[in-house]
Amino acid sequence: MHSIGEMTEDQLAIKDAVEKTCSQFGEDYWAKTDETGDWPEEFCNAMAEGGWLGVAFPEEYGGAGLGLTEAALVMQAVTRSGAGYSGASAIHLNIFGPKPLEKFGNAEQKQENLPKIISGQEKMCFAVTEPNSGLDTSSLETKAERTNSGYTINGRKIWTTGAQRADKILIIARTTPKEECSKPYLGLSLFYTDLDRGKIDAKPIPKMGRKAVECNMLYIDGLEVPKEHLIGEEGAGFKYLLQGLNPERVLFAVESIGLGFAALERATTYAKERVVFGRPIGQNQGIQHPLAQRWAELKAAELLAYKAAGLYDQGVDCGAEANAAKLLGTEAGFKACETAVLSHGGMGYAKEYHVERYMREAMLARIAPVSREMILNFIAERVLGLPKSY
Amino acid sequence: MKVLVPVKRVIDYNVKVRVKSDQSGVDLANVKMSMNPFDEISVEEAVRLKEKGAVEEIVVVSIGPQQAQETLRTALAMGADRGILIKTDDNVEPLAVAKILEKVIGEESPELVILGKQAIDDDSNQTGQMLAALLDWPQGTFASEVILEDGKINVTREIDGGLQTLSLQTPAIVTTDLRLNEPRYASLPNIMKAKKKPIDEKSPGDYGVDTAARLSVVKVTEPPVREAGEKVEDVSELVTKLKAKGAI
Ligand SMILES: Cc1cc2nc3c(=O)[nH]c(=O)nc-3n(C[C@H](O)[C@H](O)[C@H](O)COP(=O)(O)OP(=O)(O)OC[C@H]3O[C@@H](n4cnc5c(N)ncnc54)[C@H](O)[C@@H]3O)c2cc1C
Repeated sequence: MHSIGEMTEDQLAIKDAVEKTCSQFGEDYWAKTDETGDWPEEFCNAMAEGGWLGVAFPEEYGGAGLGLTEAALVMQAVTRSGAGYSGASAIHLNIFGPKPLEKFGNAEQKQENLPKIISGQEKMCFAVTEPNSGLDTSSLETKAERTNSGYTINGRKIWTTGAQRADKILIIARTTPKEECSKPYLGLSLFYTDLDRGKIDAKPIPKMGRKAVECNMLYIDGLEVPKEHLIGEEGAGFKYLLQGLNPERVLFAVESIGLGFAALERATTYAKERVVFGRPIGQNQGIQHPLAQRWAELKAAELLAYKAAGLYDQGVDCGAEANAAKLLGTEAGFKACETAVLSHGGMGYAKEYHVERYMREAMLARIAPVSREMILNFIAERVLGLPKSY
Repeated sequence: MKVLVPVKRVIDYNVKVRVKSDQSGVDLANVKMSMNPFDEISVEEAVRLKEKGAVEEIVVVSIGPQQAQETLRTALAMGADRGILIKTDDNVEPLAVAKILEKVIGEESPELVILGKQAIDDDSNQTGQMLAALLDWPQGTFASEVILEDGKINVTREIDGGLQTLSLQTPAIVTTDLRLNEPRYASLPNIMKAKKKPIDEKSPGDYGVDTAARLSVVKVTEPPVREAGEKVEDVSELVTKLKAKGAI
């Protein structure tokens, strides 16, 4: 298996084919989407046509039936190609977003929705975070109230990625007030439903990087959801959400690691070519050592990320490894981008050399979908057995 | 019609090759290997002929180490139907390759064999021609267009000074040039399908071919490092500089 042992023949073939597909979209393509904010339509189409969106879904829905390890290889190859998060985030939600639906949805919901997501015919967005509750998901304020035919949802969500183009929304909302639940995480329900633009106003949030893939503030006012769009049981939504967290952490880790390696490649190329004081700057240990250090950090985090993926694929708990990989991978990725900017000197600050774009994108993976602090909280409490701090 | 496409596993064309310190060859340790790009073009052409309905079966053959199986799988993922791996860790020279292929062709009886015009590792550009001679089949080398018509194969060739079109009687040999087509990338569903396609494993001994080397490599040397160029402002400066260097 990748990184832990030799890659299998399939894994090599997958990595190779994704690399080739991505190689059609060069640095100018991504620099341009970052400037205009245009959605990378051609890239998304190429990935959908190659069948890559279905990598981790069962064959009966048009997927390839492979695991998280292979999905991770795909996503790492995407960011590594220089597409960074502008590319990865544009397809990330198709690849892993509908996991709660696959695991807990009923046969009809899966038949109806999964093939369209896998073929790229439909896009989805994932609305969890809210302005007033932040990382404390149990305190979210969006409400789903029962009607005769289903539910009416009212509330606000923030940061919802891709809502401008999404056809569907996976949304978590409170169905029973927190005070009436025995535990704060109960009483939340998960819905996969149409993104009705008459009832949901999505406003893009101007942000630091990854301009091509927007994030939105959602104002949800009287969204009617038929009861058939409830996933699993009412009140168990948070539990369903948790199931998808570990794979998502692994994917964020490898995406950031891929971007870090791309930055490192640019930096080493520049360090070999740029001559100052009569020698290439890369001949100075002051330039070499940080680059070598970053390589070692990326490699170590990669090892842990694929370890977590392997455990997940075997059906073994990978919470500790997935969380630690997310923390180490996204830190290593960001640091590699930062070192790449610094190694370029003034040119690192110029758009022409692309590494400043990588650095702005790598920043987002340190914050979303879970912050460094919350990962450390998890490890302290669940792995080390220390008292819960929050 | 049945088509046979030999494919070779070579150093990836993106890799910057390094000569071994003892100058006995290039360093292959931990280097990315891929299908010879000309062979990719050959597989692509065969698959396109199959998609047009002119071909029923595509058999791919590779002579090389165990890992050449990956190269065969790549060809199967592009659309070939089955593979034959002729396993050897020796460096097999073009004549021995052609002799093994001659035997494979004897067993498989394809009507068309599509080979790359050369492999990018040794750039020999010999196998196709030697194979045509051994079989006494017509050959169309350096093809930039291949059209099947009324049992004939029309091959447009890139030659000095223009294009030449040959009409070949089947069975025939075609070798491919860069401009023939642009090979597809394997899609994930096709990579998955390729896993189920059969690959037979053989050895050169099964075909009674001696693969012992007839040539010996004396020395491999890095090409001299290119010196940095000079930028000039305009044509007159260019002319002055060229004159000063005695180039014109
Ligand atoms: C580019 C981008 C895309 C996103 N896409 C989506 C999306 O598609 N869908 C979605 O639902 N969300 C999305 N998010 C939201 C993201 O998941 C949240 O921003 C993230 O979970 C952090 O939540 P918050 O911003 O509310 O931070 P807060 O909860 O306000 O936290 C702020 C800071 O305080 C720290 N902190 C809070 N509590 C503690 C504690 N107890 N101990 C220690 N430190 C603490 C946090 O670690 C953090 O550093 C996206 C965010 C970004 C930046």
